[in-house]
This record gives sequence, structure tokens and C-alpha cells, in this order.
Amino acid sequence: MTDAAPAPVFPHRHLLGIQGLSPLALEALLDLADRAVDVSRQVEKKRSTLRGRTQINLFFEASTRTQSSFEIAGKRLGADVMNMAVAASSIKKGETLIDTAITLNAMRPDIIVVRHHQAGAVHLLARKVDCSVVNAGDGAHEHPTQALLDALTIRRNKGRIAGLIVTICGDILHSRVARSNILLLAALGARLRVSGPSTLMPVGIERMGVEVVPDMDRALDGADVVMMLRLQRERMNGGFVPSAREYFRFFGLTEERLKWAKPDALVLHPGPMNRGVEIDTLVADGPQSLIREQVEMGVAVRMAVLEALAQHLPGGAA
Amino acid sequence: MRGGVLVRDGAIVAIGAVTGSDLPTDCVVVDCNGDVVSPGLIDCRAFVGEPGAEHRETIASATAAAASGGVTTIIATSETHPAVDDPAVVDFLQRRARDTGRVRVLPVAALTRGRDGSELAEIGLLKAAGAIAFSDGARSIASARLMRRALTYARDFDALIMHHCEDIDLAAGGVMNEGEFASRLGLPGIPQEAESIVLARDIRLVALTGGRYHAAIVSCRQSLDIIAAAKQDGLRVTCGTTINHLTLNENDIGGYRTFLRLSPPLRSEDERLALVEAVASGLIDVVVSDHNPQDVETKRLPFAEAEPGAIGLETLLSAGLRLVHAEAIDLPDLLARMTIGPAKLLGLPQGRLAVGAPADLIRFDPEEPYVVDRDKLHSRCRNTPFEDARMEGRVKTTVLAGRIVHSADVRSHDAVA
Repeated sequence: MTDAAPAPVFPHRHLLGIQGLSPLALEALLDLADRAVDVSRQVEKKRSTLRGRTQINLFFEASTRTQSSFEIAGKRLGADVMNMAVAASSIKKGETLIDTAITLNAMRPDIIVVRHHQAGAVHLLARKVDCSVVNAGDGAHEHPTQALLDALTIRRNKGRIAGLIVTICGDILHSRVARSNILLLAALGARLRVSGPSTLMPVGIERMGVEVVPDMDRALDGADVVMMLRLQRERMNGGFVPSAREYFRFFGLTEERLKWAKPDALVLHPGPMNRGVEIDTLVADGPQSLIREQVEMGVAVRMAVLEALAQHLPGGAA
Repeated sequence: MRGGVLVRDGAIVAIGAVTGSDLPTDCVVVDCNGDVVSPGLIDCRAFVGEPGAEHRETIASATAAAASGGVTTIIATSETHPAVDDPAVVDFLQRRARDTGRVRVLPVAALTRGRDGSELAEIGLLKAAGAIAFSDGARSIASARLMRRALTYARDFDALIMHHCEDIDLAAGGVMNEGEFASRLGLPGIPQEAESIVLARDIRLVALTGGRYHAAIVSCRQSLDIIAAAKQDGLRVTCGTTINHLTLNENDIGGYRTFLRLSPPLRSEDERLALVEAVASGLIDVVVSDHNPQDVETKRLPFAEAEPGAIGLETLLSAGLRLVHAEAIDLPDLLARMTIGPAKLLGLPQGRLAVGAPADLIRFDPEEPYVVDRDKLHSRCRNTPFEDARMEGRVKTTVLAGRIVHSADVRSHDAVA
């Protein structure tokens, strides 16, 4: 990416999740991402790290922002990026995930970025291909680059992660963002609290090193970082929560409720937001919100991940 | 006990101190060299594929696998297409088993027509045709009213109802045991209560009706407590569990191994230990393979999309011997749950070393090591949770009604040097 320093050590061929990554490897990715931020802020953004490499973004589930973030990251590093929205094509013809993997593998890509609606699907695919695989979200399991970009945002604004109180609020049960963040922030020494209705709280979550605090005010008390999660509309109305207005009343982040957190607390949200459901628009657009910065960090983190994995490709990084 | 078994015309005629001087002059003597000779195993729950799913298994392949694993009687599930809800299907299965089977195959009939849980099947006619018990297989009866009627009606025929206890609503969408590990994997969980709530309901209905009831698979301590109380109350209640639930736990799923996606799901280590204890104490009456072949296309999928089920006929005994080697269960107790336990449950004459019993016998060395090689299994599908597992105790000889139907050769599994 830059000629100044040698690339940090990242000992893995794939990025399938935060699970299994050492604090050292995580810090290495964040350091690399810091440098990528600088690259992205220059007029001339193009680098040659992935020149001649083929990156396929294989999205079984629609996601405009994650997909474009990976696309921009790949292009800034000089890769040839191809987007494949699989939901619309092969799957309807009865092709399985494995068939798709084998077909793609034959096209000799260097890196495949995969999003799939089923937990573990990316692991399955990684076992069937020869190239590096990046998990761009698999079911309710993991979304490692989202966690890395959240951590980068926090680290750049707070100068550290260790010792910070981070409160994650909302639909923890269905959130891959929450799982990856819990693993990553705990590994880097943050103190974690989770809050939300108990119907949306995974069983045994407290054994993942977090404190479960159902009352949101108490969960926010003294927090350095407040991470809100998106509540999917289908979770409401008689399913997991009775209604949107009830949810907002008890679990929505308002200006008033945010006062429980430290005055300089950061507000994060992986987007897209439901304004008036999990977050008040005044908070979303308020001075403590870093939601737009997260998007910028997303590109940097994905550049960092692609560069780290490129070291393991035949021939290494350019 | 040391000794011999004398067989004539397919039946056992003497056991114990059978010595040279007692033997008829024309008999064939097989020296077992100190190996264990046991009654052949009776597997109370195995899918044989016929009719309707011959791509997954046939009676020929299932019974070849069974013979290789020491199973001499298969109780075939009713999960066929069409379902075993007509005496003609029972008759078909009996004829196919006679013509193509290597071991005995006894059909379970559907409890409800089409196994759809709404109308009772013809329990009297099906039993008269030869159905050994009644069950909708892995489909649970959601309606308490229907279960009450089934237990009441079946009582008149002294028919046994085998039920897969699962609250369909509570389990909906779940693919593994609910708990920390499922949360970590991001997979939806099935709580133990999905099983125990239905079991508790059924036990109340058994008390109400006086029917004969067998909980096909129990997988957790909650269910064991319910069974223990029911037996204490003198109800005609029995239960089984699977060899998978006795020897594996939810952590074995590891990196989303679909061969370990089962119904009910593998539970935690604590629950597994409770099951092992219950097998040792006899609270659990039978241990089954729950042999459920799934073809590659239904298993090479993301975990949540894969079909539940694992094959198990061939590894039933070897896997069980792991518990013996771990000193968790005594060998006679283990064998009892796979022989005399099912025989008593189903009123069968086999499953025992007794004069007059059918000469269904197996011979094995419980110490003989081998590695499970999926490519050498006899089942049509290879979805074994014990792939590449090191086992001890391979069946050397399987005898059905005095006739050798399986003799181990080194090709069937690789011996460990």
C-alpha cells in the first residue's frame, strides 16, 4: 500500500471470522487500515498491491454498502473486481453453493468476498476453493470486517480500545455484527455490555465475556461507546417484540437516554438505520454520531484485509 | 461367562458348558478364541429407504450394513413413500426383506394416515399384517387429542406407540442445541423443552388412557426425569436414545459439520453424561442407531439447510464400546440395551442367549482396533459422524438363524497396525 514500512504479519489465508484471530493479528489489520485511510484521503488513491489479481464479490444476499465498499477497496489496490449477485441467477436454477464455488474456482480468482444468508456457508465455500476467502457476513454468525471497521473508528477517536466500556444495543440474537464485535473488542480488552429485549438475546451470551443488562439506561451508564444495531422489521409485531413504538420507547437511543453514557461517548451504527425505531434521528445526525466515519473506515479496513491476504497469494503482494 | 452355544435348525439348543463330549458327531465347531459371543443386535430405529427412497438406501444395502455391524434385526421406520399406512405396504416390506435382506427387517407402521398427524392409521389391520409398532417416525404428533385417541385405540390391540417428542412450534427454525455454542456459531437453537414438554404431555395421556408408549429418542436430563417418574408410577412407558447422543455432543459440530446435524440435536456434555448414566442404570431401555442415510446433495449444504440424520448401523456396536472402554457402562449392560431390551419392548423371541431362541449371534473382539473408513461402508450413503474415527471392537461374524451372513474381512475396514 505504501512503500514506507513492511506489511505487518497476518498469518491467515482467509478471513472467515474474528474467532481464532490473535490480538496481535487484529492490531496488525487495524494498523494497516490506518495507513489505508491516508491513502484514501489522497487525490491519487490507486495502488498496485493487487495489480493483476482477480477479486470476486460473491453476494448471495443483497447489500449495497458492503459490496460497494469491498469493490472500492479492491479497485484502490489495483485488483480486477467482479461483482456477482448470485441470489438472482444460479441459485434459482438449482445450483448449490458448492457448485457455485467449484465453478468460480475454475475461473482462478485470487480473492473471493462472500456474503451468505446461512451461518457457516462461507466456511463451507472456503474449503472448496483454492484462493483466499473473505467473509462479508454469514447468517447470524460473523461479519468480521464490520467489527474491524468499528474497532478502527473507536481506536482513532479514543486512541485505544483496552479499558473502554462498550455497550451494544438491540437485536443481538440475529446480529453477526454483534458477534464479531464481541469477539474482537473483548480480545482487545474492552469491557462489554449488551442490552435489548430478552427475546432478542442469545442463550449463553454472558459466557462470551459480556455483561447482559436488559435495562438500557443502566446499560448505557458510563459507556464510552454505544453501538446500536438494526432491528429488522420482520422481528416486530407479535414475533420478538410487540411493536416499533414500544421498542423505541424502551430500546431506542434518544438524546435523553444517551446522557446516561459519558459526555464524550461515541455512537455507532452499522447501518442502514431505522430512524425512530432503534435510533432517534437527532442522535443519528448528532455530534456524537460517527456513523458516516464508519463508512469511510469500512473501505480502509477492507483494503487492509485484502492487502493482508494478498501476502499469502502465490507471488505475494505486489 | 465362558462357554459355547449349540445351534440346530436355526435355534439355540444349548448354551454354557457345551463341551466336546456333549456335541453331536455331525456338528461344525467354530473356535471363537476368546472373542465375545452375544445375541445379534436389535436396532429399534433405522431407515431402510424402501419404498420410495431407494437412492438413499435399500433393504439390501441397509441389511448388508446391519450384518456388518452386528445388527440381526432392524426395526424399519415408517418414513417411506408411500408411508406404511396400508397393510399392502407392510406386506411389500416383508416380501422385499425376505427376498433381498440379509438380516431380519420388521416394519413399523405409521400411526396416522400418510404420517400427516391428523387421522389414525388402521392400527388393527396393520398389526395383523405384521407391523411391529406404530410411529410417525421423526414427525411428532402435535395434537394432544389425537395422541390421546391413538393411545386409547392402540390399547385394544396391545399395540406399542413409538413417539418422536418434539414441540414443532418451539423447535421451529432450530438446527442445533440451544445454548452458548449455538449462539457462537450463529445458528438457531432448539431448547430441551421442545422435547420434554411433549414427553410430559404424552405421559399424562398414558396415565389417562393406559396405553403402551415408547419415547423413541430422549436426549436430555429433563426427559429422563419425566421417564423416571412415569416408571415409578407404574405406567407402561419406555424410552430409547441414540448411539450418537451417547457418544457425541454439540461441540462435535465444530466447523459446521452437517453429518452431525441430527434430530433431536446433539446436546451438551452434561446431558450426554446423564444419558450414559441412564443407559447404565437401565432407565433408558434401548439404544438405537437412528440410521438415517442422506445423500450428498442434502448434506453438502450450509448447516441450517442440510437434512438432519446420520448413518449408524455399522458403527452402533463399536461406538457403544467406546463407553465400555471408558468404563462408563459395563459390556453386559450395553449389550442388553441393544438386544434383550428391544426384544422385550417388541415381544420378540430373539435378542437373548437362551434355549429355544433364534440363533441370531455375533462374535467380536471388544479390543480390536480399527479406523472407520467411509469408503468401505456398506450403506448407500456415507454420512457417518464417525468418519475416520478410531474404534475398538469390530464384529467378526454375524449369524442369522444359525447361518453366517457376515464374516469380517480386512477389506471392510482397515485394521490399525
